[in-house]
Parts: sequence; C-alpha cells; structure tokens
Amino acid sequence: MNTLLEVRGLSKRFGGVRASDGAALDVAHGELHALIGPNGAGKTTLIQQIAGALAPDAGSIVLAGQDITHLPMHERVHRGLARSYQVTNLFSRLSVLDNLALAVQARSGSSLRFWRPARSEGARYAEAARVAERVGLGARLAVNAAALAHGEQRQLELGLALATRPRLLLLDEPMAGMGPEESERMVALIDSLRGQYTVLLVEHDMDAVFRLATRISALVAGRVIACDTPGAIRVHPEVRRAYLGEEFAA
Amino acid sequence: MAERGAADAVPGAAEVPDTPSAGRGLLDQPLHAGAALGVLALLVALPPLAQALDGGFYVSFATRILIFALAATSLNLLIGFGGMVSFGHAAFVGLGAYAVGVLMQAGVSSALVAWPAAVLVAGLFALAIGAVSVRTHGVYFIMITLAFAQMLYYLMVSLRTFGGDDGLPLAARSGLPFGMDAANDTTFYYVVLAVCAAAFIFVQRLLNARFGFALRAIAENETRMRAIGFPVYRYRLAAFTLAGALAGLAGALLANQTGLVTPSTMQWTQSGALMVMVILGGVGHLWGGVIGAAVLLLLEEFASAWTIHWQLGVGLVLLAVVLASPDGIAGVIARWRRR
Amino acid sequence: MTGILWLEQALNGLQFGLMLFLIAAGLTLVFGIMDMINLAHGSLYMVGAYLTAAVAAATGSFAVALLAGAAGTALVGMALEVTVLRRLYTRDHLSQVLGTFALLLIANESVRMIWGEQPVPLSAPAALAGPVELLPGLQYPAYRLLIIGVGLAVALALWWLVTRTRLGMQVRAGAADREMARAMGVNIRSLFTVVFGLGAALAALAGGLLGPLLAVQVGMGENILILAFVVIVIGGIGSIRGALVAALLVGMVDTVGRTAVPLVMGDVLGPAAASVAGPALASILIYLLMAVVLFVKPQGLFPAHG
Repeated sequence: MNTLLEVRGLSKRFGGVRASDGAALDVAHGELHALIGPNGAGKTTLIQQIAGALAPDAGSIVLAGQDITHLPMHERVHRGLARSYQVTNLFSRLSVLDNLALAVQARSGSSLRFWRPARSEGARYAEAARVAERVGLGARLAVNAAALAHGEQRQLELGLALATRPRLLLLDEPMAGMGPEESERMVALIDSLRGQYTVLLVEHDMDAVFRLATRISALVAGRVIACDTPGAIRVHPEVRRAYLGEEFAA
Repeated sequence: MAERGAADAVPGAAEVPDTPSAGRGLLDQPLHAGAALGVLALLVALPPLAQALDGGFYVSFATRILIFALAATSLNLLIGFGGMVSFGHAAFVGLGAYAVGVLMQAGVSSALVAWPAAVLVAGLFALAIGAVSVRTHGVYFIMITLAFAQMLYYLMVSLRTFGGDDGLPLAARSGLPFGMDAANDTTFYYVVLAVCAAAFIFVQRLLNARFGFALRAIAENETRMRAIGFPVYRYRLAAFTLAGALAGLAGALLANQTGLVTPSTMQWTQSGALMVMVILGGVGHLWGGVIGAAVLLLLEEFASAWTIHWQLGVGLVLLAVVLASPDGIAGVIARWRRR
Repeated sequence: MTGILWLEQALNGLQFGLMLFLIAAGLTLVFGIMDMINLAHGSLYMVGAYLTAAVAAATGSFAVALLAGAAGTALVGMALEVTVLRRLYTRDHLSQVLGTFALLLIANESVRMIWGEQPVPLSAPAALAGPVELLPGLQYPAYRLLIIGVGLAVALALWWLVTRTRLGMQVRAGAADREMARAMGVNIRSLFTVVFGLGAALAALAGGLLGPLLAVQVGMGENILILAFVVIVIGGIGSIRGALVAALLVGMVDTVGRTAVPLVMGDVLGPAAASVAGPALASILIYLLMAVVLFVKPQGLFPAHG
C-alpha cells in the first residue's frame, strides 16, 4: 500500500477535554477514505490539525513522506493538500469565477505583481471556468457566491479545493445541510473524483459513506478505534457499540 | 467580544449586485477615465484660472489638497483594500518630511535625491513596524500601529539635533531638475500634480493587478485565502510597506510645501485626520482618499472663513455623513450612478 | 536621588494612575460591553472639568462642584448616548472612529464658544492648599492626598458595584457575552445608557480633580484619551480590574519615568539634553510597554472573556 497521508499519535486538548487522543490514520494513494464517528468524536478537530488550522499538542502528520506537522496552512497547500469547509467559507461577495480564479492564482506564481491587470490572464480564468464546469457550476460563473443556492455553494466549496490541484482532498462534511437531490449530485461528484484525487472524507451521511468509501476509519473520543473496508466496519462490534442508540444504516 | 478583524474594516464597501457585469465586480477598480481626465484637466487649468481671479492662495491650497489626497489614498490602500485599520499612518508622512529636512540640513537639497530617500526611509520604517504589527488583527492592530507612531513622535520630539519640538525649518524648497524653480508656487504645484497623478495611477494599476486582487480577497476572507495557499502575512506586509512608502512621498512634498518639519505631523491626531479623510471619502473606493482629502480641507477652509467656530460645522457635517452613509461620499456617488 | 524623593514620585504616580483609572474605567466598559471605540470620551473628561470649574466659581464649594460636575456630565453623556451614540453600536469600528471624532470636534468647539479659548481657573480648596508631613522629611501636598483618597474610594465603590450588586452582575455579563446577557433577559438598552452615564461621571470626576493641577482648557481631553486607550489595551478590554492594574502601572511608569530618566540620562548626556529627552523617553516607554503586551498577551493582562 502506497501511503499518501500518515497521521500518528495526534493529540489535542482544550482545557480538560481531549479532542484528539493519540489519533492515528493512514490514507493510501488514490483511495477514498472516509472518517466517521458519533457527534463529539473530534472529527473536525482532526481535520483542522491535518489542514493546519490547529496546532496539535503532540503527534505527527506526514504527507507523501514529508513531515508537515508544523507547516503553516498555506505551505501545506503547496505540498498538495486542500480542504473544503463544513460551514461554507467562500468569498461571498465575489462571483463563482472570481472565487475559483483566486485559487488558481494562488498556485500559479507570485502575486507580488503590481502592474499588469489580473483580468488579462486568460489562461487563469479559463482554468477557473474548467473547474467550475467540473463541479457543475459552469452555467453560474457570473453569479456572486452569496446569491447561490445552498447546494451550489457546497459545490463551490469543493471547487475551491479542487482548483488548487491537490494530491489529497480533505472534505469536511461536503453534504452538510443538503436535501436528498442535492446530496445525490454531490455523491456523484465525489465519486467522479475517485482515481484522480486521493480523498479523506468526513461525513455523517452514512448512505453516502458506504457507497463511496474504499476504507473507513471510525473515530470515537479522539481515537481511531477501527479502520477497515465498509463491509467490515458495518459489523465491527466496537463501532456498533459507539453508535448504540443511533440509527445505524444496515 | 467577537473578533471582527477584516470583515469589520470593509464597511458596506460597494453593495455588490448578485451578478456583476463584466469587469464590475468587487475586485475591479476602474479608473473612470472620463471623470479622471476631466478632473486632471481642471487641475491643470487651475493656476491660470487662479491668476485671473487674483488668488495665488488657491494654488498653494490646491497643492496642499493634492498632498493630502496622496497621503489619504495610501492609507485607503491599507484600510479600504487591505482591511488593515492603521492608526499610525501619519508617522510615515512625518518620516518622509524629516528625511527631506535632514538631508537639506546636511547640504543635500536635490529633489531627485531627497524625495526618493524620503520614500525609502518611510518604506523601511514601515517594513520594520509592519513586520511586527501585521501579525495582529482588528483593534489590536489599531493600537499597536498607534503605539509605534507615538513612539516615533516622542523620539523626534526628544532629538534636539533634528529640531526637537520646534522642528526643522527648510532653508529652501528642494532643487528641481531641468532648471525648474520650486520656490515658484505654480511650478511647484505642477510638479506636485505630476507626482501625485503618477502615484495615483500606480495605486490604480496595483489594485487591478494580482497584488490588489490578493489583498482585497485577504480582507474579504483571510482564512480561506490561507486555505487556498496564499501566504497572507507576506501580502499584508507588502501592502503596509508600500502604503508607508507612498505616505513618505507625501511627507516629502509636505515638507516642501510648508517649509517646516515638526514632530506634530506625526501625532496621533494627524493619523486620525487622515483616517477621517478616508472614511469621509469612501473606504475601499479608489477615489475615496482623494475625495475625502478635498472635501475635508475645503470644508475646513470654507467653514473657517465663515466663522471662527468652524470646527463645530465640520464636526456636524462629519457626524451627518457617518450616520447617513456607511461608505462615505464615494459610496453615495456610486449608489447614485447605479440608479 | 534620595529615598524621600522616590517616595514622593511614587505617590505622584499613584495619584496619576488612580485618575487614569477613573477615565479608563468608563472607556473599557463602553468598549467591552458595547464594542464601541469612543474617541469622545476625553471630551467628557473635559466637560467635567469645565462644569466643576463653573460650579466652583458659582458656589465656592469644591465638593459641591465635583458632584455637580460629575452629575452634569453624566446627564450630558446619557443624552449623547440616547441620541447619537446608540446608532453607532452596530456599525463597524471605523464608522465609530469617525462619528466619535466628529463629536470630539463638536464638544471642543462648543466649550470654546461658551468659555472661550483661555484656560478657566480652578483651584484646590483653600483648606488643602498646604503640604502634609507624611514622614519626617516627606512633605506631600494635601490636595494630592485628597485625590489619592477619592481615587481609592471610587475604586473600592466600583469594585463593590461590579461584584456585589445586580447591576454589576449585568455589567459583567454584558462584558463577557452580550448576546447571552440579552438572552438571559438583561435590558441591554437601559444597561448601555446607565453604563455610559457611569463612565461619563467617572471621567468628569477625574477632570474636576485634576483641574487644579493641569489646566482646564479646550483640548485637554485628547492627551489623556490616548493614555486611557493604552491603559485599557494593557489591562484587557472590558475588564475593570485590568484597567486598575494597568492604570497604576502606566501612571507609575509615566511619573517615575519623567523624573528618573532625565536623572539617569543627565549623568550621560548632560542636563540640557536630558530635560527634553527625559519626558519623551518616558512616554516611549509606555508605548513600548503596550506594544510588548500586545505582542505577548494581546488580550491584555486580565481579559474580560475566556
């Protein structure tokens, strides 16, 4: 197995709460790895540490053989890591095209350019338009992000991450707040990313998780208690125990 | 208290329609070439007009407005486009002025040396202060920039070699190339006009270039900019340094205009006045600094001619503007044009 | 410099610090609870000094003048709050800067129109004009002792108010989390008005007390305002305890610095240079202190929330 992301012994405390308690995770090249866990298990905290928004108290994060544990967020993007947010975090006053064009701008050279009009960079906008098309927003390029429907905003969320041409995609609950139709579209979209990108997916929607995932890691109280194929996770006794009292899709 | 940070500092800047027409999004800062040329033509024609009206005073007053328009525009770059509310900007104006004054005292009076030196000195200080300050946000950024400016102010007050509290008089205006004599108010006016116009064009180009887009986007959503790979600190520092350097240029011109360089140029109340100009003119609008400087100085001039209690009038007008329009006069104009 | 002189400077520092606290207390509450930058706070200090001077001239009683000054300024402050300032709470900090700056101009000019450009006389009560012998060899002006006394009494009263009364509880709740306080049923609008009035009264009291020592004139608020902001940033925005500690710290550094620095520098640079550089360097020290605090603990020494 060719490991792209290796997380070892990640720990993070907030006061008396151990949000991450020696969490360990492996994501292989090309796989679609899902992270599940009951509410309060620490999924978002884990994602934040991997993305670089939060500094872990202890542990290591290794991406493609390089230790990125103490790298600032923007540096990780240049090493091939991109993240989408659970709570929509777009440039709400900019158009879809401008949103994506910014992400393309980030990875295409320095922005310490003071003279040449940014709008004249046709290649950059063409690239942004391509990404928009990829996530299903090809017809909405000129619309401001704030004016998009919720589902479209989640698509743009994903698009922003894709536009940085990452190796590893961290998707934090991409289907948050979506109705059945929109969820279906998003599932299809994420499915289409398979093979092209390596994905670490955090999701509550169990239907989606079991349809999409190559492997699933279950996070409980800040620790990964199991990591296996969907079929094995489904019948894993500890995982079932953690979800006792919750509707667990059979 | 919720940390308002960047979102706090771009107040109501341009109500952006849901589907902006091509080239009219938030990131675009068109020059409005028609209006710009009109204004330029007016400014070029001012001295002969003033001659006809027998008002030599108008020329020197207009020079003053231009200088402050430059200073205010440089601050608007920070506040309006960078989302960084700096309360110590007057310090850089003062540093530029002192650079010119000190050089002249040392026998170097050529504008070709002194003015770039002013830009360099102010820029270097801005780089140093920015390196520390730009890591902070919101009200903490406001206070730390204020602190540094006050430190510089008190430093200049205590340095007797540079005149201390009384300041440094300039023996003459800077020596200009091509045989031009800056002592001639009209010549000086045209030089200042040329310099300010060039600086303004530079700012306009900058805002529409990659740098401007990145800066604006950082002010809109800093976290996301980091998340897509922008080294935010680097761009903020660059903006802070550039703004400081431009303010230094304004300072060099100001020193020439007034003939005296005093520490009071660097006081916090002066930084406050610059902020008032920017807010009045329109935060985040390209012409905001220009409009604000012109309106405030004109207001002061007319009000003081009318009554010795002119500050009351100015205060009332400012209050009315802030209560009525979230983004200053330029905002009012922009909304009116969109009707 | 002898021990006696150091002690005297320390007392001066304490006195100045306590007055700074009175001014900063109102400012930190307004900033902490209403999240509003109020550049006109120094104007309330000025109005307090002027009202005190006016009433003192009319009645001849300093005590009555102080109370009248504080009460009058509180009314002015509350009137301002209800009419103008209330509209600025929801606005961004920049608009607040512009709006309160406008009020500053209006206040300065209004005072100038009523009382003129020249400083207005305000003297300490005759009974306190002389020195008191605190220790053998240490003569200290009785009036300054009064200021220290009043300052400590007010600080104590504020402490009692904030920690022991219902109003104080609401104030602390509002400072910690405004939305939550509102959800818990606190009448935020009235609370704001009361807090503002209280802050104005405190500033006015400081103005009246300092009047005999510093000049009562237009623009007296600006210099002290900036120090007050430094105090609340160092102390922690929204924290009264922080304001007290920071005010004493700043007061001490400022006062002792002004005397100590020239002494030290006089040995190095000669008395002439030192006498100018001294006060300036003392001021630099204060701003340096604030910059360090901002860098190391940006929330201040005693953050009001979390």
